[in-house]
Amino acid sequence: MENKSLKGWLYLLPALILLGIFMVYPLIDVFVYSFEEGYNFASQTYYGTGTYNYSYVLHDPYFLQALKNTFLIVIITVPLSTGIALLISVALSSITKLRDFFQTVYFLPYVTNTLAIGMVFMILFKKTAYTDGMVNLLINAFGGSSVDFIEGPYWAKMFVMCFYTIWVVMPFKILILTSALASVNQNYYNAARVDGTGKFRIFTRITLPMISPSLFYLVITGFIGAFKAYSDEVALFGTNLNAAGMNTIVGYVYDMLYGDSGGFPSFASAAAIILFAIVLTITCINMLIRKKFVFV
Amino acid sequence: MKIVLKNLTKKFPGRGRKAKDVIAVNNFDFEIPDGKLIGLLGPSGCGKSTALNLICGLLKPTEGKIFFDETDVTDLPPENRGVGMVFQNYALYPHLTVRQNIRFPLENLKGAERPSKEEMEKKVLFAAKLVQIEEYMDRKPKELSGGQQQRVAIARALVKMPRVLLMDEPLSNLDARLRLQTREEIRRIQKETGITTIFVTHDQDEAMSISDMIVVMEAGVVQQIGRPQDVYDEPVNLFVAKFLGTPPINLFRGEVRNQEIRIGDSVVGRAQGVADQEVTVGIRPEGFLLQEDGPLAVNMTALEVMGRDVSIVSTHKESLNPVIRSIISAENNVRAGAGPVRFAVKPNKLFIFRKDTGERL
Repeated sequence: MENKSLKGWLYLLPALILLGIFMVYPLIDVFVYSFEEGYNFASQTYYGTGTYNYSYVLHDPYFLQALKNTFLIVIITVPLSTGIALLISVALSSITKLRDFFQTVYFLPYVTNTLAIGMVFMILFKKTAYTDGMVNLLINAFGGSSVDFIEGPYWAKMFVMCFYTIWVVMPFKILILTSALASVNQNYYNAARVDGTGKFRIFTRITLPMISPSLFYLVITGFIGAFKAYSDEVALFGTNLNAAGMNTIVGYVYDMLYGDSGGFPSFASAAAIILFAIVLTITCINMLIRKKFVFV
Repeated sequence: MKIVLKNLTKKFPGRGRKAKDVIAVNNFDFEIPDGKLIGLLGPSGCGKSTALNLICGLLKPTEGKIFFDETDVTDLPPENRGVGMVFQNYALYPHLTVRQNIRFPLENLKGAERPSKEEMEKKVLFAAKLVQIEEYMDRKPKELSGGQQQRVAIARALVKMPRVLLMDEPLSNLDARLRLQTREEIRRIQKETGITTIFVTHDQDEAMSISDMIVVMEAGVVQQIGRPQDVYDEPVNLFVAKFLGTPPINLFRGEVRNQEIRIGDSVVGRAQGVADQEVTVGIRPEGFLLQEDGPLAVNMTALEVMGRDVSIVSTHKESLNPVIRSIISAENNVRAGAGPVRFAVKPNKLFIFRKDTGERL
């Protein structure tokens, strides 16, 4: 028996070592840094321990702005993208003609280069010396006045940000949901129809519970992904996110490490730990809800 | 309720560009009397499940009409037909408990038809009691055995007291013992509720033992309809004769000459008014009588003892089956061992069929 478990650990060892080096050790390290004031990479020194780093970060207006942005992106994009993806997937699985074509269309953003997507969004939203951008042309056509989506008011930038995020995460969600829908045994639908179930009730009482594991997976990964948003912001608003007022928590961490205001690993660590705590809390809440609603 | 099927035909488009349509059900014409238990019987792929799906409305017929009593339901979707169906794999909703599963069809009812909460509970309990599943009301389907799941499926199909109960191979997922037991249950439940019931099976024992009437199908065409015993005793063609009965009927190359049925040189029976021709001769296993001067001489190769009966396994050069099985009462004291044996043949267990069409003569 002992021999057997020894063998088991032996097989797990490579993965454990790699995970330990690249995941667990850095996490502990970051945790330690976050309590060391003014840590310096080069000299490996610091001048005190305590919660000062947290207090600084939590009072930093840039961090508070980043926190607000991140939460807005999470709250807006996760439900919207999941909901829209569900609608599209249901529509896709209920058509037979052109299904493959539309599936390809909806999956294209997934394989498109981020820079190319950035270009498209530039054409759509960016004001230049020559044009106000496609969307503004549309707004003008309907009699509205142009809005500067990239350098203009906060709500406009947030709109573009959320639009972009939803658009980028959609293909993966559609992929997961269409396959989840396809894997629901047709027999359940037949049984429900013979039992006299209406279409809407079939959807709410049969389809939704059956695909709920996939749906929940998407919600959890969606939350985590949205909390970690950073690169999309850079693609849209450039690297100086603080100036644009569109920074996110990950962006703040990055800036503290390497940005113009860089060289503050202690503050970066504290911000990273705060993000970790937030994501952990949200995921735990998700898991608790999952137990109640998801059929396994 | 009476079910009338008129010229019911279902064609499926063939695979490939020039493929012909597949005719799953061909010109099905049948009236199912009220309150009876009907067995739809046939080998797999004969269109019996298709016929069932046409009756419940999951498939639309290519041609023909379906009537429930006098009402034409051909274009009615399944949700409006008021049928209950037990699926082959039961299709119990895995995320709902037994109670919720059984209650599900009731919750679909609208308006005046919709029972109050207490009534629903009562009906659910009644259906559960009928199939003796009331101890497991709060379990999920995967926590039940196959037989229990099957009973939940029946309860769910019965709870709204449908006008017609349809069952698609209801016993195929059960082990042999449970199958025997459950088929009796189905018979009992059908008797108690009096609901017109149609069930599909490829197992002739199952169909014969509990049905009021059986419908034998092959390749989308109804071969014979009748009481099980009648169909067994008077098969209309070679297919029906071969399909019914265990062990299966023994077939021989034979001929009719001067109104005598011959297998090789032996005259095994008489065929009044049949013109001289080559025929296929079928003899049921129980149609053989051990007789020292019997006309049919076979070469016995083995003896299978079954207790009450023994089965003599033998060969004959005109036999169309590799071996001939004849069931003889054990009281005949047959000695095991190889050698020639002579049989007489009971006339009512002997059938002759046209060699070309298989039609009974």
